[in-house]
Amino acid sequence: MNNKDNVQSGLVKNVYRWIDDRFQINALVDYMSHKEVPVHRHSAFYYFGGIALFLFIVQVITGILLLMYYRPGADSAYESVRFIITNVSFGWLIRALHSWSANLMIFAVFVHMFSVYFTSAYRKPRELTWVSGMLLLALALFFGFSGYLLPWNQLSFFATRVGTGMAGIAPVIGEKLLIILRGGEEVTGATIGRFFGLHVAILPGIFTVLLSAHLIFIQRQGMSEPLEWKNKGAHEKRYIKFFPSFLMRDLLVWLIVLNVLAVLAVVFPDGIGLVHWPLGIKADPFAPPPAVIRPEWYFMFAFQALKFLPAHILFIEGELLGMGVFTVGGIIWALVPFLDKKSSKGQKSKFFQAFGCFVLAFIIVMTFLGYILK
Amino acid sequence: MASDKTTRRGFLEFVLGGGVIATLGAIFYPMFKYITPPPVAEAKLSQLKLSFTRADIEAEKQKAKYFKYGRHLGIIFLEDKNVLGALSAICTHLQCTVQNRPDWGIIWCACHNGKYSYDGKNISGPPPRPLFQFKVKEVGDTIFVSLEDS
Amino acid sequence: MLYRIILFLGFFAAFQTTYAATSNCLTCHREFEDKSGPSYKITQDIHFQKGLGCVDCHGGDATLDDMDAVRAQKNWRGVPNHLQVPEFCARCHSNAKYMHNHNPMLPTDQLEKYKTSVHGKRLFRKKDMKVANCISCHTVHEINNAKAPHSSTYPLNVPFTCGKCHANAKYMKGYNIPTDQLEDFKQSVHGQALLVKKDLGAPACNSCHGNHGAAPPGVQSLAAVCGNCHAIEADLFDNSPHKVAFEENDYPMCETCHSNHKIVKPNDSFVGDKKPALCVECHSYDDGTNGLATAKAISRALSELVATQAQAKKVLDNAALKGMMTTDEEFRLNEVNQVLIHARSLVHTINADSVVAEAEKGIKKADTVKINASALIGEYYFRRKGLALATLFITILAIALYIKIKRVDKKLAGK
Repeated sequence: MNNKDNVQSGLVKNVYRWIDDRFQINALVDYMSHKEVPVHRHSAFYYFGGIALFLFIVQVITGILLLMYYRPGADSAYESVRFIITNVSFGWLIRALHSWSANLMIFAVFVHMFSVYFTSAYRKPRELTWVSGMLLLALALFFGFSGYLLPWNQLSFFATRVGTGMAGIAPVIGEKLLIILRGGEEVTGATIGRFFGLHVAILPGIFTVLLSAHLIFIQRQGMSEPLEWKNKGAHEKRYIKFFPSFLMRDLLVWLIVLNVLAVLAVVFPDGIGLVHWPLGIKADPFAPPPAVIRPEWYFMFAFQALKFLPAHILFIEGELLGMGVFTVGGIIWALVPFLDKKSSKGQKSKFFQAFGCFVLAFIIVMTFLGYILK
Repeated sequence: MASDKTTRRGFLEFVLGGGVIATLGAIFYPMFKYITPPPVAEAKLSQLKLSFTRADIEAEKQKAKYFKYGRHLGIIFLEDKNVLGALSAICTHLQCTVQNRPDWGIIWCACHNGKYSYDGKNISGPPPRPLFQFKVKEVGDTIFVSLEDS
Repeated sequence: MLYRIILFLGFFAAFQTTYAATSNCLTCHREFEDKSGPSYKITQDIHFQKGLGCVDCHGGDATLDDMDAVRAQKNWRGVPNHLQVPEFCARCHSNAKYMHNHNPMLPTDQLEKYKTSVHGKRLFRKKDMKVANCISCHTVHEINNAKAPHSSTYPLNVPFTCGKCHANAKYMKGYNIPTDQLEDFKQSVHGQALLVKKDLGAPACNSCHGNHGAAPPGVQSLAAVCGNCHAIEADLFDNSPHKVAFEENDYPMCETCHSNHKIVKPNDSFVGDKKPALCVECHSYDDGTNGLATAKAISRALSELVATQAQAKKVLDNAALKGMMTTDEEFRLNEVNQVLIHARSLVHTINADSVVAEAEKGIKKADTVKINASALIGEYYFRRKGLALATLFITILAIALYIKIKRVDKKLAGK
């Protein structure tokens, strides 16, 4: 019944029927229309995954467009980005959109992650959805890090030198890792080649596979219901249909995000405040580094925390210990669904809620300090 | 009553359809403009290809021509023995544009009689620093200038 | 190895200094001199640092410890009086062979030149005890190379070295020359460049007056003196009708318009047919020279170029303020400035046609900047309008979608 209402005009109907004959879409639509999305006071957070997805699509489209003119290499990268924003019509807009949506995507991903965490939505049966999400987050951060270098300007050059330098302090493999990352002892044109390959081929490939898995998991399992609903009667729970109700709301949110993105990109093509990416001057390895070398805002908390550590803690180098703690912390965070036994039984774990609060507070405070401390 | 409802519904469908088309237009217009190649179809590299040939330089009375390198003005000139040299064209004293003096075999700044050798060294007059040098490479008729050794 | 050589040289230098310092001259003289006395000051002196001792100038014998015995030495030269100083120094400094062994770069004609200077003439002919001799400028016992920043003859210090006497009205009383040169110089474009911007290429007193042969440049040589740096202007002037006219009237060439010590930064208002233009000082419309007509044409061309340049800059600044990429146009505006510099040089030809032609070249370029910068500003507003349009479309679609959602919800609820 439902499906027929949504297939109206004659032509569309015929095409639909033709495809349905061959691929049995009706079953799929049927399946989706039976899916329901819970409605409660935290429902708004359900949209953040979709927002991140939308921004990722924008990334792919604008990224492909940038590829048409961008040319990696020490003597062409900066020049070609300059060319894009000065000579190519709407080149400035494409670059601005790419940068803005990258930043907004990371932000949406963080909101998405913490909302899932605090509602314990990672609990059985969604452990793998959480793990795949964590891997996607890691990839997104690598995307940001590798993309930052590509314009080959003074700021990105020194930020990348510092960033890759951190890889060098890892024990045993550090030096090797550093050389592999940089394509040599120093950040040079060879580094651009590597980061470019990473940014436009390797990462997108892996990301697409993981993202597909993430989305399929969600479609199979549906949205997680809040823990509190376990004891509620059926009449107290409210749902909306995933198709068409939730999907249409999703589209509406996407439209709003698109408009916000357009306004930001046109009014602040170079970004503003802490999210700032002016092309500036070309990277020059021999020039003195800029007064403030700052990573992008989503790396700030880690950067600042490492700065706070003393040079040596017991026998270990401070930074090394810090990196170790972050690595272990990240792994624990990714494995929370397996560690939090209580939530899988339908109870909220006080410990893991507190742990989440601590992590969130740590990130916020460190980021804040990173920007106010000299 | 029923027909009224249908009209309203029809109008909404119309606005929805129109809105989708207009929005797609707003999205695709810049994209289409973007993929249309600009007048100069590719980015200039840090190795700059000059728009003139050696013959053009030789035809100049001063045996020199100027070129734009990023934000900087450069001068390319015929040294003795027909070697091409290229230097920054901005005098280090008060930023006047320097010129070639083939009769003296030097680069000269007319503003305060500053003189530079063909390799950019400030050899006379007020200039406090040398002019920086560009590398010149000739491939057939084409001249390339760059700051790097390549 | 290198380290050892340095160590050895270090010892050697230390030994030399120690030798001079422990010579009997210093030992005794330091007993009754305070820190400002010659026996202390001399350690800052280049002669002492190069290994010369007291006896090399004053004669005598440093190994003796009795002053009467020192004075009795045959080679005792003692302390020269004011009039004797030039020859006292020249004993070595005019000796080409001797100087060659110490500093082959240094000329040996200082005394010869000094004799031609106003200072030298007065000293030798009129036995003037106040006029400058070597030590008036070079100091005594603290003499240093002109390249040393603390030297009295370092370019940045020269104006004050000369000013010590020439800016002292009381001291200069009786010579009947002005004493405001230092003050004038400080305000001049040269003084600003030298003393404020520390531009060592800018002229100090000696650049125009000479040093050992110090004298005011003659009327005829003025253009040549200024032309040392202002080559183009001097050349243009030499080929202009002014050159002949100034010679006939005994006008001091460049100085006629630019003055001497207080050479302010030239201004376009110098040229014109009305005050404050300088042309009207000599010319009038009925003097039969066409001078004021030329001046008017030049003035108009220059001011038009300056005005167009200013307009172009304003438009360009506006575009830059709006965040547009203005590099190419800034480049072009810089070219306009070069043209302006050249056009101002051409004023010295007092040929209206050449100035007007050059100015027009600049005006054309500046107009291009104006047009392109306006296009950039147009682009800025185009972006805003495009955004507004896109926002309108998206908003309409969003509202329609919202209504649609409400309807679908209602329909679903009805079922």
